[in-house]
Amino acid sequence: MPAVVFVHPDGRREEVDVPLGSSIMHAAVSAGVDGIVGECGGSAMCATCHVYVDEGRRAELPEIGPVEEEMLGSTTSERRVTSRLSCQIVMTEDLEGLILELPETQI
Amino acid sequence: MNDTIIIAGAGQAGTQAAISLRDLGYGGRILLVGDETDLPYQRPPLSKTYLKSGASLLPLRAEKIFADKQIELLRGVSVVSIDRAAREVRLSSGQTENYAHLILALGGSNRKFPGDSEGILMLRTRSDADRIRERIAEQRRVVIIGAGFVGLEVASSLRGLGHHVTVVDIAPRVLARSVSAPTSEFVHALHEANGVVLRCDARSVSYEPLADGKAEVRLAGEVIPADIVFAGIGIEPNVAVAAASGLETRNGIVVDEFLSTADPAVFAIGDCAAFQSAYAKSVVRIESVQNAVDQAKFVAALIMGNRQAAYRAVPWFWSDQHNVKLQIAGLIGGHDEAILRGSVADKKFSVYCFREGQCVAIESINAPADHMDARKLLAGSVPLTKQAFLAPDFSLKGFLAGNQPV
Repeated sequence: MPAVVFVHPDGRREEVDVPLGSSIMHAAVSAGVDGIVGECGGSAMCATCHVYVDEGRRAELPEIGPVEEEMLGSTTSERRVTSRLSCQIVMTEDLEGLILELPETQI
Repeated sequence: MNDTIIIAGAGQAGTQAAISLRDLGYGGRILLVGDETDLPYQRPPLSKTYLKSGASLLPLRAEKIFADKQIELLRGVSVVSIDRAAREVRLSSGQTENYAHLILALGGSNRKFPGDSEGILMLRTRSDADRIRERIAEQRRVVIIGAGFVGLEVASSLRGLGHHVTVVDIAPRVLARSVSAPTSEFVHALHEANGVVLRCDARSVSYEPLADGKAEVRLAGEVIPADIVFAGIGIEPNVAVAAASGLETRNGIVVDEFLSTADPAVFAIGDCAAFQSAYAKSVVRIESVQNAVDQAKFVAALIMGNRQAAYRAVPWFWSDQHNVKLQIAGLIGGHDEAILRGSVADKKFSVYCFREGQCVAIESINAPADHMDARKLLAGSVPLTKQAFLAPDFSLKGFLAGNQPV
């Protein structure tokens, strides 16, 4: 199973296996990663699964849809060009090893 | 001294309570008792992706997390009685367990359609959803009784799969008790535009099973033939075990503003709890993920001694129908005016609901940023008056910015 790496604000790294076809948010919540809340269950409605993705791999990710775009304007931590909602990233083989930085806070 | 916390019910609320207690540092024993055999899972997808695409069940936490956090999860087991004097519960497995605190997160059960309703499908659990999935392998004529959220979400999913869907309700409009009139009208039109046949304001609804496994749903003056009949007419909170133990129940287990029953060792949270919300004028019972999660976190913090103020999380809710996102912040109960801002044609607007001149709820259609702002507004201490709302340059963002502490 491919894995991604979460980097906590204190620098701690946490590797999480993500089943193919599952959202990264869901795998993180299921694995109990602190810092991913996923309040709305993955409907891009709460902006509590905000992550900063690896700058160099941004282009490999699915495009940001209009709802995600709007929600990224409502995140609690600052929005950067690398901001994504992890519920909108569905795991593929190619995303193996993706590094996701966690924001200071989600709520 | 006994340090066991027993959580009765392993749905969204019960599971969250167990996780939060551990995350806040609770060192005693945690027993999480649920009557379903699956690992605790998310219910909202059951009426949506689980039905539509045959997606797999989404567990709330991986099995390993329960073990790592030393949460004893008993599956397929229910609490059958509570002896509050002895602080002891009896489980369906026959064993008895003592508690220091008991958290009742018992959820609810589908309200049954009156009469011979054996053949009517309903939806609450994974096995309910599987039963529906088995019946929709081929094209079907589906009649849905009840134009509430569950009925309409199932209508949307099954229509999306190509089935012929009719929704009937005795209420004059869809979501009659749940949303304002403008939002209701929009949702009504949305379903019709997507080919769902709506029969609201039905003077009577009855169900007639036929010998060949099919059925008829009879309205005054109309007979609708059906291969499948589904009822989504609400839930009854699971209060029996609480009532039998002498706790007060009134459409839910009655709790105070700290979610405690009259017995300080016993709390009730989630779908089964009747409480005085800071956002309503009367006692409410709220069926939503937000309510389950926030009440669970509140009680966990309370038990850990981290909480002074009463429970007052902003209620919010979402639904997904025909690819349209509906989000509600606040409680619309008792609102006397609803004003729409945005574009119905573009399917992107919000409806501001006022009660006695003060905004109490905002419904947003495909407008998630409005929804997030609405939650901030309602959580804050400065209410939005109708007068401020009607000012020519009003925007929700601007209003919030103007009220930020400097």
